[in-house]
Amino acid sequence: MTTERTTPSPAGTGRRGPSTLIWIAVSVFAAVCWGVVALIRDEEINAIWLLGAAIGSYAIAYRFYSRFIAHRVLEVDDTRATPAERLNNAVDFHPTDRRVLFGHHFAAIAGAGPLVGPVLAAQMGYLPGTIWIIVGVIFAGAVQDMVILFFSMRRNGKSLGQMVRDEVGLVGGIAALVAVFTIMIILLAVLALVVVNALANSPWGTFSLALTIPIALFMGFYMRVLRPGAVVETSLIGVALLLLAIVAGGWVQESSWADAFTLSPTTLVWCLVIYGFLASVLPVWMLLAPRDYLSTFMKIGTIVLLAVGVLVAAPKLKIPATTQFTDGTGPVFSGALFPFVFITIACGALSGFHSLIASGTTPKMIEKESQVRMIGYGAMLMESFVAVMAMIAACVLDPGLYFAMNSPAGFLGDSLQSASEAVAGLGFAITPDQLQAAAAEVEEQTLVARTGGAPTLAVGMSQIFSSAFGDGLTAFFYHFAIMFEALFILTTVDAGTRVGRFMLQDTLGNVWKPIGRVSWAPGVWLTSALVVGGWGYFLYTGVTNPLGGINQLFPLFGIANQLLAAVALSLATTLLIKHGKIRWVWVTAVPLAWDAVVTLTAAYQKVFSSDPRIGFFSQRDRFQEALDQGEVIAPAKNLGDMEQVVTNSTIDGLLAALYAVLIIIVIASSAVVWLRAIRAGGALPTTEIPYRRSRIVAPAGLWATAEEKRQLAAVGGHDGYGELPPDDEGTAPR
Amino acid sequence: MRPLRAVLWYLRELTDESAYERYVEHVRTHHPDRPVPSRREFERQRMAAKDTNPGVRCC
Repeated sequence: MTTERTTPSPAGTGRRGPSTLIWIAVSVFAAVCWGVVALIRDEEINAIWLLGAAIGSYAIAYRFYSRFIAHRVLEVDDTRATPAERLNNAVDFHPTDRRVLFGHHFAAIAGAGPLVGPVLAAQMGYLPGTIWIIVGVIFAGAVQDMVILFFSMRRNGKSLGQMVRDEVGLVGGIAALVAVFTIMIILLAVLALVVVNALANSPWGTFSLALTIPIALFMGFYMRVLRPGAVVETSLIGVALLLLAIVAGGWVQESSWADAFTLSPTTLVWCLVIYGFLASVLPVWMLLAPRDYLSTFMKIGTIVLLAVGVLVAAPKLKIPATTQFTDGTGPVFSGALFPFVFITIACGALSGFHSLIASGTTPKMIEKESQVRMIGYGAMLMESFVAVMAMIAACVLDPGLYFAMNSPAGFLGDSLQSASEAVAGLGFAITPDQLQAAAAEVEEQTLVARTGGAPTLAVGMSQIFSSAFGDGLTAFFYHFAIMFEALFILTTVDAGTRVGRFMLQDTLGNVWKPIGRVSWAPGVWLTSALVVGGWGYFLYTGVTNPLGGINQLFPLFGIANQLLAAVALSLATTLLIKHGKIRWVWVTAVPLAWDAVVTLTAAYQKVFSSDPRIGFFSQRDRFQEALDQGEVIAPAKNLGDMEQVVTNSTIDGLLAALYAVLIIIVIASSAVVWLRAIRAGGALPTTEIPYRRSRIVAPAGLWATAEEKRQLAAVGGHDGYGELPPDDEGTAPR
Repeated sequence: MRPLRAVLWYLRELTDESAYERYVEHVRTHHPDRPVPSRREFERQRMAAKDTNPGVRCC
């Protein structure tokens, strides 16, 4: 039934004509869009060109490159049963409709990351970030997701860490485990920092987000007691309550309750830490599961809304293609275009974290091997598209406003006047009155130094929505955007704290048994407290850091994420070699080399750069020397601030060094296996599960081809699923 | 009506609301000797399993 797919023919053979013409047209379209995006200077271009360049490139990459990887490199085999078919227990392992699994996988990989990174990278203009988002996803990010999904699927859905231990070795395995755990901590801290920066001194946002807790508790109770399993109904009620909560936030802001919900950043840190701890120890039905449903619905709804908004509003990009900050002197994050754009934008271009999801639940649910292309590669293209839209939303802002919102508070000073002057010093103009008006339009007290990306994205989205769907709702749209980002992030914080706790329990359980028991309350509390304490510490230092938490911590988050990508791509490269496919090894080895160069350069600069704005240790030395003299350097305001900068810089620098060492360990221990495999004649045994023939008939892509429809009809299948009768021998195996 | 039904089908599958029906059918076909849990029981077991394996969410 799948002979044509197991012996792939070069693209388009045998059907020259309409198909070839269509792809020529798509290529011309993409090339024209790229031409406009890349070549037009000194003139505002329309965001539609960015969308065109992205969609055209994705279409070509999906049609040709992902097909090549699936059929030539991985040799997906639809006659081979997937774990979902072999181990079907209707719970963890069950063949899932490809369109449903695509949604599932996309909802798990896409969160706040692709929305935040591009906003920060916009300080160098839209062009560098956009090129990386599109080129990076095609050759690195989507490849990583698809290849890891494939290899995990061939191993019954084994996790990334387990695969590294089995296929690379113990040393690599331990390094991968440490990498995953430390990334979790820094990821949660940075994401929580984004929430704190978005909600600080904003009674509207704080009240709306606080209401999501009782809403989630209500949903949990409803699904547990009143209507067990009625997820869709409960989620729709939840979404309605959520929209009401956003509207109610506006009322609260005007009422006498406003003061109670006007919280300082440090108070918010404590709220988040306590919340994270409770979410980790409470049963998931109460808080985590309902919040997850809510977040999935909001995610899909908002992304669709944003795409429609951009198409309808067709906004012009006010931030130029490139700014003078490509040299590394920008206020949002320090460091030159290379390597820091590639670190700042991780999610959306290449995100190592996805390899944890591609080796989690998705491989256990896939029906047909060929579907790794649509689910692994396709879902990542979709995330990349979200990142392009985030870039657009940031770039519709006036550059003056963008820099007033995203520069650290210490740089902008305490008043609108000082902020206006600081922005003028960067070469952009915004008057204090304009700053006041921009804040008033979204009904916030101020927009100055609202770093972290979320407020910027929310202003951009509110402008796009207002011009697409009508004025008068700008403030609602702003808070809607803040709310949905905060909701994603809290879902990640809930789940991440819990996952981190299990990892810690598992590891510590090897040393002292009782702590590994998931039902022993003191163990649960202690490990939860350790995880929360870990990210809470970085969150607190981020919030109070005079140099700006996002400015200091975001590069670490990027390095950590790209470190995990290095782990995943090393594993993928190792497996290609062990499977005797060394001639295709460049498919993962080139992205790995690029990722290693970028990440190690960034880590090197963060540790050794003599420029105190970039190197953590030279920053430390500068403040320590001044401290020894009893001097205070701006933006620190007193000796306490100075000491804090010294401590933070030391810890951040050590962390950057640790990440670099981990990358080197993982790549080196993989390289040992590569050499061994090459010496052994180009292949080594792996833990791949042996072949068993599949009986499932299902299409590979989103739309069933005529041939697939015929095959489905032949076995009496419907809704994209069919099974061969038990006595059918099917086609000859391979 | 058809598009509406398709959307509902998709949402039920995406949120795993259909998990119970799927499980019951599975038990009836493959393990007819095993008892079929009630919906309430099944959902509780499912949540208990999620308690120890919540699944990672990406950034």
